[in-house]
Amino acid sequence: MDIKSMKNYLYWLYCQFELITCSYLMEPWEKLLFYTFNITMLVMVLYAGYIFVPVHLSMAFQFFLHLFGNQHENTVSIVK
Amino acid sequence: MANPSAVCNGHLHHHHQKQNNLLKSGIYKKNGITKGMKKNGISNGTVYKKTFIEHFEQAPMYVAVLTFVGFGVGTVFGYLRDFMRTWGLEKRNVATEREQQKDFVPLYQDFENFYTRNLYMRIRDNWNRPICSVPGPQFDLMERITDDYNWTFRFTGRTIKNVINMGSYNYLGFAETDVNALKTVTIELQKYGTGICSTRQEMGTLDKHVELEKLVAKFLGVEDAMVFGMGFATNSMNIPALVGKGCLILSDELNHTSLVLGARLSGATIRIFKHNNMQSLENLLRDAIVYGQPRSHRAWRKIIILVEGIYSMEGSIVRLPEIVSLKKKYKAYLYLDEAHSIGAVGATGRGVVEYFGMSPDDVDVLMGTFTKSFGAAGGYIAGKKDLVDFLRTHSHSAVYATSMCPPVAEQIIRAMKCLMGLDGTTQGLQRVRQLGKNTRYFRRKLHEMGFIIYGNDDSPVVPLLLYMPGKIGAFARRMLEKNIGVVVVGFPATPITESRARFCVSAAHTREMLDTVLNALDELGDFLHLKYSRYSKSSHPELYEETRLELED
Repeated sequence: MDIKSMKNYLYWLYCQFELITCSYLMEPWEKLLFYTFNITMLVMVLYAGYIFVPVHLSMAFQFFLHLFGNQHENTVSIVK
Repeated sequence: MANPSAVCNGHLHHHHQKQNNLLKSGIYKKNGITKGMKKNGISNGTVYKKTFIEHFEQAPMYVAVLTFVGFGVGTVFGYLRDFMRTWGLEKRNVATEREQQKDFVPLYQDFENFYTRNLYMRIRDNWNRPICSVPGPQFDLMERITDDYNWTFRFTGRTIKNVINMGSYNYLGFAETDVNALKTVTIELQKYGTGICSTRQEMGTLDKHVELEKLVAKFLGVEDAMVFGMGFATNSMNIPALVGKGCLILSDELNHTSLVLGARLSGATIRIFKHNNMQSLENLLRDAIVYGQPRSHRAWRKIIILVEGIYSMEGSIVRLPEIVSLKKKYKAYLYLDEAHSIGAVGATGRGVVEYFGMSPDDVDVLMGTFTKSFGAAGGYIAGKKDLVDFLRTHSHSAVYATSMCPPVAEQIIRAMKCLMGLDGTTQGLQRVRQLGKNTRYFRRKLHEMGFIIYGNDDSPVVPLLLYMPGKIGAFARRMLEKNIGVVVVGFPATPITESRARFCVSAAHTREMLDTVLNALDELGDFLHLKYSRYSKSSHPELYEETRLELED
């Protein structure tokens, strides 16, 4: 039941996408062109994200740590 | 703002007061006037005898953004298709200039032609649908399909039967084929035939026309009236007879094409005021009187205000009391086009003049059509006897256009007699009351469901906003699949981002038919995600208590 309602919901979302971007009105070859373009752009954006985002995030993390105190190598507590 | 639980004008208004409180904090209205400010003696509260509530809700911002996204994609693909057509990659079905005219001024490059070729063509199957029965509350459609994406159509031969009609202007339900109702029309048809073969001034004035004109004058409460064979031609041919060069026409922004055409043909100067906006009109009047004609600064020969009773694309009713007081103050003339409001509003169906409780002497030229509420064709102009006598001699329509044919005149006579009660029954009054009930029920339900509806609460024209271009086609096609015929409107009849579906409620619709339509709209509204209103019960359930009194007239 959950799978079925999930599938219905996804189909409804797909219909909304079609209506909003006017692809409901397009002929099949236009739809193919439009979806190919969209999916290509999406894949490229996701791939760029996959490559660059972790590196940038860790660099930003280190920068903020440096800002709040120079402790990133000296966190050794001396136990007396 | 009035005390929220006060009684205003004799009605207890929990429902509308809550709406007003929400409005104060949020959305502004289109013409800058918030609804509901006219109650309890604020500004011109004493001019209106009953509450004047109009809705012009703005959709949430994301709807506007997505509409532009849709149009953007449509435009990009339009350019792509145009490119393919110019370079021969695709067959050309459109009108193009000929080879010899390549260096002339281009004919088909403007936005309207671009839009027609690339966007309108894709959803063209929702318009010009041929019907093959009387346009009563239900009708029959001829089924047609297209093989090449709406460039050409062919009929399959099948008719779709008993489609509920929400598009015909059949407000009082006089478009009927009942033999008893049409008895007098049949007799006149056999007596006079169908053709007149002449104009009014030559040999085309029959005793039927004289009888009809007297009846129209009596119905409206004026001195005299004149009838014409075509409603559009009544406006476009008579305004040039009434005004000319040196006169000033102040016309509403959203006036019908017939009024615009008549105004342009007359040669007078035309100035436009914002839709139903009395401040704009007053500014224009003041400027006109202070500055006079453009270069010579002489006084204008005549200043005439052109308005309509009900605007068919918005469903709004004209603010007649305010316009009449402005007209009296600045000594202008008023031309009221009651095409959609005659028979449809007012306690006994006599139009907006009766709806506001005013006297017909306040309006100088009363114009109307018989197409909408009387199930016939043609138009009339009514007013003082001097005016009508002048039009009989000077109107283009009287001199050159064929007069109304006798069976049609008889249909109007019988419909009007029915409305006035002269046929001995109360059927006319019942029809008017039924229309009022249907209108209020339909509008209330649509508001509760959460759709954005424009217009006055009492107007039988109900525009439901769709906004996105993709939904126009989807809405009309799916409603036809559910056996309901609707009219959808887009650019250029409406602003480009506000496409809508327009419902015309009729007195002939039964409660079951309206319920069928409402259920279908509910389903479709959920599927297409059309319920944008922020003031509906579903979005603010805690504000709508069950102890809400119904407004009954």
